[in-house]
Amino acid sequence: MTKVKITIDGHDLEVEQGTNLIEAARQLGKTIPHYCYHPGLPPDGNCRMCLVQVEKMPKPVIGCRTGATEGMVVHTQSDEVKKMRQSIMEFLLINHPLDCPTCDQAGECRLQDYYMDYDRIPSRYQEQKVHKDKMVDLGAGVMLDEERCIVCTRCVRVCQEVAKSEELFVQERGNHSMVATFPGKKMTNPYAGNTVDVCPVGALTSKDFRYKKRVWFLSAADSVCQGCSRGCNISVHHADNRVYRLKPRHNPEVNDYWMCDYGRIDYKFVNDGRRLKPHFKTDAGLQEDSYQNAFAHLQSVLQNYSADQITGIASAQESNEEINAFVDFIKSNFGSLPIYFSKNNPENPYEDDILIKADKNPNSAHIASKNLKPVSEISGGVKAVFVQRNLSAQDAQVLKDKGIQIVALFATNETNLDNLAEVILPIPTFAEQNGHFTNFEGKVQGFTKALKPRGESRLFAEHAEDIKALLSSIKKAS
Amino acid sequence: MTLVLTNRFKLKDSHTLAVYEENGGYKTIDKVFATNPDDIIEEVKQSGLRGRGGAGFPAGLKWSFIPKDPGKPKYVCVNADESEPGTFKDRYLLELDPHQLIEGIIICCYAIQSHDAYIYIRGEFDLPYRRIQAAVDEAYAKGYLGKNIFGKGYDLNIVVHRGAGAYICGEETALLESLEGKRGNPRVKPPFPATHGAFGCPTVINNVETISALPWIITNGAQNYRQWGTEKSPGTKMFSVSGHVNKPGVYEVPLGYPIKDMIQNECGGVGGTGRLKAVIPGGSSVPVLTAEEALDANLDYESLMEKGTFLGSGGIIVIDDSVDMLWALRNLGHFYSHESCGQCTPCREGTGWVSKILDRIYHEGGTQADLDLLNEIADNMSGKTICALADALAMPVRSYLKKFPEDFARHIKKTA
Repeated sequence: MTKVKITIDGHDLEVEQGTNLIEAARQLGKTIPHYCYHPGLPPDGNCRMCLVQVEKMPKPVIGCRTGATEGMVVHTQSDEVKKMRQSIMEFLLINHPLDCPTCDQAGECRLQDYYMDYDRIPSRYQEQKVHKDKMVDLGAGVMLDEERCIVCTRCVRVCQEVAKSEELFVQERGNHSMVATFPGKKMTNPYAGNTVDVCPVGALTSKDFRYKKRVWFLSAADSVCQGCSRGCNISVHHADNRVYRLKPRHNPEVNDYWMCDYGRIDYKFVNDGRRLKPHFKTDAGLQEDSYQNAFAHLQSVLQNYSADQITGIASAQESNEEINAFVDFIKSNFGSLPIYFSKNNPENPYEDDILIKADKNPNSAHIASKNLKPVSEISGGVKAVFVQRNLSAQDAQVLKDKGIQIVALFATNETNLDNLAEVILPIPTFAEQNGHFTNFEGKVQGFTKALKPRGESRLFAEHAEDIKALLSSIKKAS
Repeated sequence: MTLVLTNRFKLKDSHTLAVYEENGGYKTIDKVFATNPDDIIEEVKQSGLRGRGGAGFPAGLKWSFIPKDPGKPKYVCVNADESEPGTFKDRYLLELDPHQLIEGIIICCYAIQSHDAYIYIRGEFDLPYRRIQAAVDEAYAKGYLGKNIFGKGYDLNIVVHRGAGAYICGEETALLESLEGKRGNPRVKPPFPATHGAFGCPTVINNVETISALPWIITNGAQNYRQWGTEKSPGTKMFSVSGHVNKPGVYEVPLGYPIKDMIQNECGGVGGTGRLKAVIPGGSSVPVLTAEEALDANLDYESLMEKGTFLGSGGIIVIDDSVDMLWALRNLGHFYSHESCGQCTPCREGTGWVSKILDRIYHEGGTQADLDLLNEIADNMSGKTICALADALAMPVRSYLKKFPEDFARHIKKTA
């Protein structure tokens, strides 16, 4: 690509020829305000907020669709540009309902932000506002408030470009224009949640998140989606040691700006249905109890087996670190039998050629690198197993058929193995630890801790220390 | 008077192929196909023919921007979406001489070496649609369209495409979007249709009147065409005159013709009260002229530019002194806010706002601040949008307020 020299507000810089002026200004750390432009979507040029002045051009030009050419001199802070921004803000707000107190977007709304930055004058609008429907269910968990919409068409374009779907369009004209689905139809594409992300105002909100939390109380942790082997980069938005929503995080090599709707709701297990304390099996059923009593029970169970009858089943749902710790633990304490793995293995998994992979495990690649065997190949010598996280229904059936005992299950949540395991020890979910997943392309991606480990859950390594102590006391006794 | 475009209008069954051919029609075809396409473009350039849709862009120059060998089809689109208030000339060309248009299309297509043309016709046009479609069918039947037209070894298809009732689809890029089956929103330019037009291919878009002038120009030569008009506005133009005149209608006159003569001679003088108040010279979107300005103005591109307005589409609206200019402007406000496509913020919101303020002043009375606000909104709308629709309301707003302040003052509430 050819490089060209341009000047923005007196600063010289070199950019690739044709770079739009919003991106060129970004290289200087400058923001040219915009609504309809999104770096992941084809530019449309409708909002006119990014109008700037370019010397030798007769009229103001839009930054999003003006490419840099050699010697271009751009002004983004002149009085005329400021006046244009103020007038665009005034136009955008005359028919806006100004219902910020009840709007879920408040706190992350471009209308609020730019009003403070570029407008700050009282309304001069005395006429009746255009009234439209405030509760339109577009489908796929997306709600539309037509009055708040500024018709920037980011959502229309995100459906076209990302989901390859023409489900959204603009109907009516002039100030009656609104985003809609076709009559009798709803959005069904599995990327619809991205429409909410790209909406710069409160027009599109998520049914799952709306009215649950004011956004300024949320903190964000960089993370990686564990819904499939793609490993989309995400932010975990959390407060009160609970996860409130997941948002995609830009990574041009993995997921660009997007994530799918399956991944987007794959946080509920962090909040609900958790195994927060140790459990063990009694005659009266599964009992919640202290670590001390759970380990006492584990000790009595382990005494029934010799070390060469015991092995472990690692999980493709866990991090590289947790898998390593588990495999090392089994190898160093038992080790004569092969070690096995299990995967989340739903029937007819959905996949497409956009983001969603059929393999619904975040870490199959790391499991593959450990030379473990699938549970279906489990040999006759195995009498008892430690199980990491969970087993697929098929794998659980294999253990049942072969009469193999689960001595301990390291679980985040209640599972179908609860009644098969002698002892259940709580471990944290991905949201409660730092770690790495290796995606289907072999990319090792780090995720960070958003929450404190919930309840009494502990990383496998901590459990392993205590179990090692237990094993040595068994050895001494025998 | 024999002129260029309307010579056959008075003939019985002028819309039929038989009458057209009996009166000089399709006589230029042999000459066209014996000429180098570039020489046709040169001839049109020499004639000085300017686009009759409103912008007045030189037609030959526009054609010369079409890439010679783009490696993909080239298209010609005829803009028959005539919808500017006060403009009704193209409908007569479509109703009364559709074969003249078809012959023009053949010339234009040959000149740029296109084999596919579209006539995008306003959806509300019923008789014009039936006439042009019948004429296209006749031409196909006779071998004047389709494969190997006139036995010249050249293929050419014409499709008549009806619009669905949006003013904005007369804007050439909105027309293309609509033609492609999309919502009729104007496109951001550049790129221009000459390189990225219909279906992403090089495209010439010209108004019905522009294309209809081609057979005469090619038959009689560019220099003959220049016998009429001025140096920069050669030839003749059709004007649709409406409002307060005794004989409203469509008149073809040489460019440069005085407005005064148009009203007095062609239109039988000012109607209504008989006292002229204002003239809109080029369709409702151009700045208005006062009576004094109008009586001193000529109908050509540069004279009207000097008066701060435009020749536009040639839709002349004559207004007598019974008209309240605020009422008239309010009417335009309704029209342009209804017809805004709604994609750009200043137009979507500005046209609606202007319209509502004018409504309020008209019904309840307003304040000086309202008038200042109208001017400011007009400024904030102009020159900041994808197409010219915002300007099409902003220009009347500013000119009406400036030139007829007394009509607005009358609606100002006395301060309490």
